[in-house]
Amino acid sequence: MLSSLLSIFIVSALFNNVIMAQFLGTCPFLGVSKSIETASGMGFAVIFVMVLANIITYFVQLLLIWAKVEYLQTLAFILVIAGLVQMVEIMLKKLSPGLYKSLGIYLPLITTNCAVLGIALLAIKKNYGLLESVVYSFATAFGFLVAIVLFAGIREQMKYSTIPRAMEGFPIALITTGIMALAFMGFAGFKLPF
Amino acid sequence: MSINFKNELYRGIVTENPIFRIVLGMCPTLATSTSAMNALGMGVSVIAVLTCSNMVISMLRNVIPDKVRIPAFIVVIATFVTVVDLLIAAFIPPLYEALGIFIPLIVVNCIILGRAEAYAAKNPVVPSIVDGIVMGIGFTLSLTMLGAMREFLSAGMIFGYAVAPFKHQFILMILAPGAFITLGLVLAGINFIQNKES
Repeated sequence: MLSSLLSIFIVSALFNNVIMAQFLGTCPFLGVSKSIETASGMGFAVIFVMVLANIITYFVQLLLIWAKVEYLQTLAFILVIAGLVQMVEIMLKKLSPGLYKSLGIYLPLITTNCAVLGIALLAIKKNYGLLESVVYSFATAFGFLVAIVLFAGIREQMKYSTIPRAMEGFPIALITTGIMALAFMGFAGFKLPF
Repeated sequence: MSINFKNELYRGIVTENPIFRIVLGMCPTLATSTSAMNALGMGVSVIAVLTCSNMVISMLRNVIPDKVRIPAFIVVIATFVTVVDLLIAAFIPPLYEALGIFIPLIVVNCIILGRAEAYAAKNPVVPSIVDGIVMGIGFTLSLTMLGAMREFLSAGMIFGYAVAPFKHQFILMILAPGAFITLGLVLAGINFIQNKES
């Protein structure tokens, strides 16, 4: 049991990293990675939202199955997630105005962060139970945090280098991500000892 | 009022191209451009959803209160995404397998919500439909182009037909790094041409 949870954690955080292997959540990844501080803020917000979203959607799915309307899954999930994000936004505004200010426009955009909806849908698709689903979402969000903080670190360094004019902004960010993804592919060679 | 479709099309494909100029909707762009066929399938689904949602949102623009407009837009979009999802699952199962989770994820595609917010919520029905179509075409063309490039680089094929004079395998281009690097280089190329022009 524990080893299967641990393997879910390692596989989803590193081997199958949301950004580097699954392309989920690329918009905030490119958008809020200019400094390590905002990147980690975004990362923690995603961890919080993603785990909560997975817990809630687990029960929503049970409800949908009970009412025999599974085809409403996408609609129901996105509404629940949108409501949740709104709540997190209000809480953050009250509790940490500084962080709220720096995350700015991107907090409402967690709603359209495909990673949150994507992971909720994937957890259902993989037939995970509640505990597995929580571990899975936490691991995935943790993988997001690791990736975005590493990337923000590289971007902070990049400020001091001269980049060809045509490569400034998105192109160099995408190519850097590509090289990082190449590095993350190295994890695929590992074999879990359990 | 009349709409110049040609000018609108130019706007969707060139000046306001959703992928290359506004850089929206990265996740599906990167994930579904593994081959030209997958990219085209994704693009057509997006055209369908974008046109229908633009139409309905534009019809409802005076009814929806400003404060709850985003959730209302999402409900409209999610409805059409569900329709498209079920249609593809029923009629094109191989495409459904290939695109997988990225069909329901059209609902959170920034392009669709972005067009609803920036255009359909402020304009009458017919221009909104046109906007949906041209933006969708811009998205589809760019996505298919990327898909064709990656398919060509990885296996020397486009739409499943061998076009390269020699046989090769370069799996990396289908995998994640290939997606990021190809898109990065294409964007850099576009910037380069643009810088030269100005």
